Amino acid sequence: MKKIKISIAGVALVSMVLLVQSCKPKNAGSAVNTDAASKAYVAPGKYDEFYNFVSGGFSGQLSVYGLPSGRLLKVVPVFSVDPEKGYGYSEETKPMLTTSNGSVPWDDLHHLDMSQTNGEIDGRWIFANANNTPRVARVDLTTFRTAEIIELPNSAGNHSSPFITENTEYVVAGTRFSVPPDNANGDVPINSYKKNFKGSISFISVDKGSGKMDIAFQLRCPGVDFDLSHAGKGKSHGWFFFSCYNTEQANTLLEVNASQRDKDFIMAVNWQKAEEYLKAGKGKKETVRYAHNIYDEKTHTATSEIRTQVTVLDIKELKDICYFIPCPKSPHGCDVDPTGEFIVGSGKLAALIPVFSFDKIQKAIAAKDFIGDYDGVPVIKYESALYGEVKKPGLGPLHTEFDGRGNAITTMFVSSEIVRWNIKDLKIIDRQPTFYSPGHLCIPGGDTKKPNGKYVIVYNKITKDRYLPTGPELAQSAQLFDITGDKMQLILDFPTIGEPHYAQAVEASVIKNNSVKFFKIEENANAYVSKGEGTAKVIRTGNKIDVYMTAIRSHLTPDNIEGVRVGDEVYFHVTNLEQDWDVPHGFAIKGALNGELLIMPGETQTLKWVPQKAGMFPFYCTDFCSALHQEMQGYIRISTAGSNVPLLFSTGKNLPPADSTSTAK
Amino acid sequence: MKKLAVILFLGILVTSCGGGAGAGSDTKSTQDPYDATKKTDNGNPTYDPKRGEGKFTKVEVGATLDAAKATNGEKIYGVKCSSCHKTTDEKLVGPGWKGVTSRHSAEWIMNFVTNTDAMITKDPKAQAQLEICLVRMPNQNLTDDDARALYEFMRKNDGIK
Repeated sequence: MKKIKISIAGVALVSMVLLVQSCKPKNAGSAVNTDAASKAYVAPGKYDEFYNFVSGGFSGQLSVYGLPSGRLLKVVPVFSVDPEKGYGYSEETKPMLTTSNGSVPWDDLHHLDMSQTNGEIDGRWIFANANNTPRVARVDLTTFRTAEIIELPNSAGNHSSPFITENTEYVVAGTRFSVPPDNANGDVPINSYKKNFKGSISFISVDKGSGKMDIAFQLRCPGVDFDLSHAGKGKSHGWFFFSCYNTEQANTLLEVNASQRDKDFIMAVNWQKAEEYLKAGKGKKETVRYAHNIYDEKTHTATSEIRTQVTVLDIKELKDICYFIPCPKSPHGCDVDPTGEFIVGSGKLAALIPVFSFDKIQKAIAAKDFIGDYDGVPVIKYESALYGEVKKPGLGPLHTEFDGRGNAITTMFVSSEIVRWNIKDLKIIDRQPTFYSPGHLCIPGGDTKKPNGKYVIVYNKITKDRYLPTGPELAQSAQLFDITGDKMQLILDFPTIGEPHYAQAVEASVIKNNSVKFFKIEENANAYVSKGEGTAKVIRTGNKIDVYMTAIRSHLTPDNIEGVRVGDEVYFHVTNLEQDWDVPHGFAIKGALNGELLIMPGETQTLKWVPQKAGMFPFYCTDFCSALHQEMQGYIRISTAGSNVPLLFSTGKNLPPADSTSTAK
Repeated sequence: MKKLAVILFLGILVTSCGGGAGAGSDTKSTQDPYDATKKTDNGNPTYDPKRGEGKFTKVEVGATLDAAKATNGEKIYGVKCSSCHKTTDEKLVGPGWKGVTSRHSAEWIMNFVTNTDAMITKDPKAQAQLEICLVRMPNQNLTDDDARALYEFMRKNDGIK
């Protein structure tokens, strides 16, 4: 009996081992080694080694994580309003969301790219794209706030953006949706796509000192869907590469109709040649309308300007700017290795990954080794541009980053895995499952000349059973792999804000010492600043009430205001007088059809409030600031329209209590 | 026997707790910045409650008022101090300034307004004030010159001509 038991147990054990070996790991339990926790552990009070900037997708925001802990450090509002921070609610920040369509409170932020000098991350700015109402934003990494947003004319679905050149000469923006240009009549039949629809690639110049953006020129391109892009670097500096699909030029059921051709294209752009044409006056000035919004850290105020002109270079007429390279089956990712020699196209419907050679592309162009043209643009022979193909990498290759040790890592959306392969011999080295359906991935500096191949972070579209259920909508996730060994090792996963698309990561030392701690009150140039409590006041101009208010631990001045009437528009201009790190004050008033203010030390922010009825309205500080934070409050009395209650304001003026028999004066 | 077992068990518990605490305490290895035995930046071996802690060791103070400095100090007072301190002896958020130059040395005051957090944590007089006011005085990031000018304004406020 005993013997039988043992042998049954033995069989069970053997079969379990077999089972485990034959199946891919189904959950974290089988995919994570025991030392994973220590690799991702950052002790309380210790800093993370890397910043990880992650796109917030349809949240419109940018989130900042520490790595390897996966701790969320901040959410930076970029294209969507954020009532928590007053972004898009304060008078000072409202202009940031202005577009030629008016104020747009939301967008879909897909990709991030950090500014570079000599092909390395310099930690000054991070750029972000708005996919829906085409815009590019610049976030200042000393303040972690959106400093500038520029809208893109002639564009729709700004997807292949905001990728940058190796000295941040340009940020690009390419249209996913081709559309009739803005100054043409767009009121045409949809099925006139081939005739009327055009693609557009914008080259936005970035001022070396201030970072200020300007649309230097746009390339007018055939109507296709431009998808992703990356700049050449090193030897290929001066070139830019864009993947495109829907070369069928379908305008309906793209799922089928844009998947007909065996090959679509990667478009190689010689932007230095475009610059020459621009200088030679070959550009055409077009009348368009687009917004350019800048946040000034001295006035703590954004301004928005509508611009009306853009210069367009037509790539059909100016023949040697652009070349098409055939690329199998609806390419998505378009990634350039650290040397600048290899361009990896990821055909999302292809069963291979083509790797193109910059040298071969140059030779093919010189020898006019073309198989014809596409809408007037030369098409290079596939084999003449190809370095080689990675065979059977997995299903649904999407994006590739580089580890700086001669290898590439590619996400496989359909087969839910990442695959590491050698760039020279194109052999697959390792593959690891992800949970589930990875889109983008990120290695610190993984799209620059100098990757730090310590980690890869994979951004998954689907989490299904990975976390506690939270109703129908589940989190997306990031998964962190240690890639220092032969095998990539999963060490952590964590949920993300919105849907993470592209991300950037950099050593913390590049950024952390430049962080602004507070704004100098002496340098505050806001039009409504109160420099000291003695300057706090309330001024009536017609029906406009300007409250110049100060905040310091732990009172607001003035905190008693009377003589304001229904029909007035009240502007609370709150200056935070603190001059120390980590002491913001908040401001909110009952019934305001508005968000709150969150005012950094030394800053002035303004909340507009239109009182709807007579009565007593309390206001208070919303950000816990001291032991007497709950005392940081005040009242504004609203009288009926036409009332003659005089305008009064004070703090700490302890008037004798009014007799209960005479409530009004 | 039972008793011994209990003692042994307790012993194990205590040991394991001790081990746990030891493991936790190594997370912060930096020296306690307020350790009174530590030498200060300018080499003072122990805390001097008359001088306070900070960069000011000897402040040159004239017999008469430096009017220009005092005027400058009054401006700074308006922006950075007046929210919480009156020039009378009335307490607002913090104590009134009347008589402050006779309660503290120039060095103590200038160290306190520039090295606020460290002194609130350590200085007996500052701690006594905190118990009364319950709001930690904010560091208002004054420059050395700002601090000196403010001190001169305090002297003017205390009747120095």
